Amino acid sequence: MIDRPYVRVDELTQHFPIKRGVVISRKVGAVKAVDGVSFTIRSGETLGLVGESGCGKSTTGRSILRLYRPTSGRVLLDDVDITALKPDELREMRPKMQMIFQDSYSSLNPRHSVAKIVAEPMVIQGEKDGTKLRHRVQELLDLVGLDADHAKRFPHEFSGGQRQRIGIARALALNPSFVVCDEPISALDVSIQAQVVNLLAALQRELGLTYLFIAHDLSMVRHISHRIAVMYLGRIMEQADYDELFRMPMHPYTQSLMSAVPIPEPSVEKARTRMILKGDVPSPARPPSGCVFHTRCPFATERCSFEVPEPREIRDRHAVACHNVDDVFVGSQIEAQRSAIVESLESAAGEGPDRAFASMDTGA
Amino acid sequence: MTGDTVLQVRNLAVEFDSIDGTVHAVNNVSFDLKRGQTLGVVGESGSGKSVSMMSLLRLIAEPPGKITSGSAVFLPRNGEPVDLLQLPKRWLARIRGDRIGFVFQDPMSSLNPLMTVGEQIAESVRKHTELQGSVCRDRAVELLEHVGIPGAAERYNNYPHQFSGGMRQRVMIAIAIACNPDIIIADEPTTALDVTVQAEIVDRMQKLTKELSISVIWISHDLGVVAGIADVLMVMYGGSVVERGEISRVYSHPRHPYTIGLLGALPKLGAAQKRLVNIGGSPPSLFSPPRQCAFAARCPWVFDRCKAERPPLFFATGSHSEDPSAHGHVTACFYDLEKDRRRDPDETGIDVTAFEVGQQG
Ligand SMILES: Nc1ncnc2c1ncn2[C@@H]1O[C@H](COP(=O)(O)OP(=O)(O)OP(=O)(O)O)[C@@H](O)[C@H]1O
Ligand SMILES: Nc1ncnc2c1ncn2[C@@H]1O[C@H](COP(=O)(O)OP(=O)(O)OP(=O)(O)O)[C@@H](O)[C@H]1O
Ligand SMILES: [Mg+2]
Ligand SMILES: [Mg+2]
Repeated sequence: MIDRPYVRVDELTQHFPIKRGVVISRKVGAVKAVDGVSFTIRSGETLGLVGESGCGKSTTGRSILRLYRPTSGRVLLDDVDITALKPDELREMRPKMQMIFQDSYSSLNPRHSVAKIVAEPMVIQGEKDGTKLRHRVQELLDLVGLDADHAKRFPHEFSGGQRQRIGIARALALNPSFVVCDEPISALDVSIQAQVVNLLAALQRELGLTYLFIAHDLSMVRHISHRIAVMYLGRIMEQADYDELFRMPMHPYTQSLMSAVPIPEPSVEKARTRMILKGDVPSPARPPSGCVFHTRCPFATERCSFEVPEPREIRDRHAVACHNVDDVFVGSQIEAQRSAIVESLESAAGEGPDRAFASMDTGA
Repeated sequence: MTGDTVLQVRNLAVEFDSIDGTVHAVNNVSFDLKRGQTLGVVGESGSGKSVSMMSLLRLIAEPPGKITSGSAVFLPRNGEPVDLLQLPKRWLARIRGDRIGFVFQDPMSSLNPLMTVGEQIAESVRKHTELQGSVCRDRAVELLEHVGIPGAAERYNNYPHQFSGGMRQRVMIAIAIACNPDIIIADEPTTALDVTVQAEIVDRMQKLTKELSISVIWISHDLGVVAGIADVLMVMYGGSVVERGEISRVYSHPRHPYTIGLLGALPKLGAAQKRLVNIGGSPPSLFSPPRQCAFAARCPWVFDRCKAERPPLFFATGSHSEDPSAHGHVTACFYDLEKDRRRDPDETGIDVTAFEVGQQG
C-alpha cells in the first residue's frame, strides 16, 4: 500500500476554559487538555494512543471526530479538512467516522432493545424502511458474533463483553471507515478483553477499517496497533511503529510506562528492572513549564524546565520529544536505562512456555 | 519465615438473599496463610474474591448476606487462636484494624473527609498501640514518610481531598501498617491508579510487609501485578477455588482450564506473541447451587462427569487432596484428574488449541 495517510492530525489543540463567578462568569485560565498534537494514520491501520488518566486521550479522539470544536489545528480525513466543515457538511461526513466507548453500559440506553440501539444511527440518518433496518441489524449482530435472537433483548441481560459487542455493532451500522476506540476493553475482565481485541482486529481485516485505539497502558495496545503514540499531559512524547517502540523506547516516560506494566510471569516480574517515577501526574490546569514531564523525569536537566522540546525524528519513522535523548552525557544514561528495561522484558519472552504458541499452526 | 500458619480457612460458604433467588457467592473455600507470606487471589468480576475475604471479618452486610458454613481460625503472633466466624462482633471490631488491616480499592470511602490525614493515622496509632499523646503524632509523620509522602510534616495537616488518588492509597497503607498487624487484606488496592503510580505502590507494599513480616492477602484481577508480589496464587471461579499453588508453578504449569485460558488471554509485553486466547461465553450464574463444575459451560474439555458433580481440589499429580494446608499444587478439574493431560509434573507444552484463538493480521 502507498504511504498515504487516511487520517492526518496537525498541531491539534483543545483547551477548556476555567471559569469563575456565578453571575458574571469570567475566564480565569484554561485546561490545556490537548496541546499541539500531530500524527497520521494510514488506511486500514491502527494508531494506539497510550497515556495515563487525564492526559487528554479521550479529548483528542473527540476533537478529531468534531464532538468538540478544536481550539486550533487541523484534522484531515481522507483529504477532507474536518475542522473547516460547516454543520451540514459535517453531518454528511458523520457516517464515515464513529466512536466506541469504554463504558458500554452507560452508553447504551437501558430501555431500548438491542435492535433499536443498533439501528439508531441508521434511523437518525433517515432510514425508514423497516425490513431493510431489520436485515442490517441481523447482519451487524452476526458480524460481531451475537445471536440473531439477541436483538429483542435489553442491555442489562448481557455480560460486559457482549455489551461491548453491541456498542461495536452500533458503531459499524453506517459503514464507517474510521473508528475511534476509546478504551473499549478497560472495563472488561481479562478473559473477555482478548475476545473484544480479537474481534476488533478481525473486523479491521475484513472491512479495511482505520482505528485510533486509546488505552492507558501498553500491554494490549501492542496486539492491535501498527503504530503507537505515547501521550503525557496533552502532548505526544514519542511516536513509532509498534515493534520499533517496544525495542527502542527512547523517551524516559515511555520507558517508565514499559517498566510499569506488570508482566504475568513471576520470575520476570520479581526480578525485572524498574524505573519508578516519583510523585503523581500534575494537573493539566497548571502544567509544568518547559517539558511537561520534567517534574517526574529522572534525567531532567535545567533546560527541560524552561524550553519545550519539539518532537524530532531521531530514527526512521520514530519521533521523540526530549532534549536529552541524543545528548552525549545524559543521552547515554537514558540509553543504558532503555537497554536494561528492554532486556528484562525480553527475558519474559524466553521464560517458560509461551501459552499462545502451542496453537500457532492450527489456530483460527 | 513462612513456616507457621497465621490463618486457616475451612469450607467457607456465603450466600446472599436477593429478589431473584439465593446467590451462592462463595462455595466451600479453604486455604492456609503462612506468616510473612503473600497470597494472591485472582478471578473475574463476581467470582467471590471480595466476599470471601470480607466475610472472614464479618464485613459483609448480614442480611442479605449469610455465612452458611465454615471456620476461619486466626493464630496471632501473641495470643490464643480464635475462630473469627464464632467471635462476638464486639471482639471482631478489635481484631479489625488492630491485628488484621485493610486496604480497599477506593480509599475515599474509608477515609474521613472532615479529619486531616495526619489525625486519622495518629488516631489509629492511639487506638491500636501502647503509644499515647504527642508521640502518636510523631509516629504518624514517620509513617507518612515511610509510605513515601514528600514533606510529611506539612502534609500531616492536609485533608483527604487535597491528596491525589495515589497519595490517599499511601495513607491507607500507613493506617494499615500503623499497628504492625499480623495480616493485611488488600482488595484491589491499585486498580484505580495509573500504571506508573501502581508500580510505585506495589513496590512499597512489598518492601514494608516483608520488612515487618506481615502476611498479605492481595486480591486482584491483574495476573501481572500478582506475579510480582505473591508467593502463593489462588484462582477463584464462580465462588470456588479452582486452582492453588506456589506462584511460579501455577504460571508455568497451569492445570485448570480456566487458569490456562486466563494466562493465554494475557498479552506479554516482551514476547513477539501475536495471538490471544479467547475464553468464549460469559461468567456463570450463581443462582443455582453448585452441583456441577462452574466452568463447565465455557470449558473446551468438558465431559459428562463435569456436569454431574462438582470437582473437589485434587493434587495436580492426581491424588485427592483432603488437606488444604498441604503444600503443593491443587486444582479442581476432573479432566485433569482422569484424562491424558495430568500426571507428568514436568510436562511443559500447554495446548490451548481447544480455545478459540484470535490472530492479528
Ligand atoms: N469538557 C471538559 N471541560 C473541561 N475540562 C475537561 C473537559 N473534558 C476533559 N477535560 C479535562 O481535560 C483533561 C484531559 O481529559 P481526557 O478525558 O481527555 O483524559 P484521558 O486521557 O481520556 O483520561 P482517562 O484515561 O481518565 O479517560 C482532564 O484534565 C480533564 O479533566
Ligand atoms: N449485598 C449483596 N447482595 C447480593 N449479592 C451480592 C452482594 N454482595 C455481593 N454479591 C454477589 O456475590 C458475588 C461475589 O461478589 P464479590 O464482590 O466477592 O466478587 P469479586 O470477585 O470481588 O468481584 P470484583 O472483581 O468485581 O470485585 C457476586 O455475584 C455478587 O453479585
Ligand atoms: Mg478517557
Ligand atoms: Mg471485589
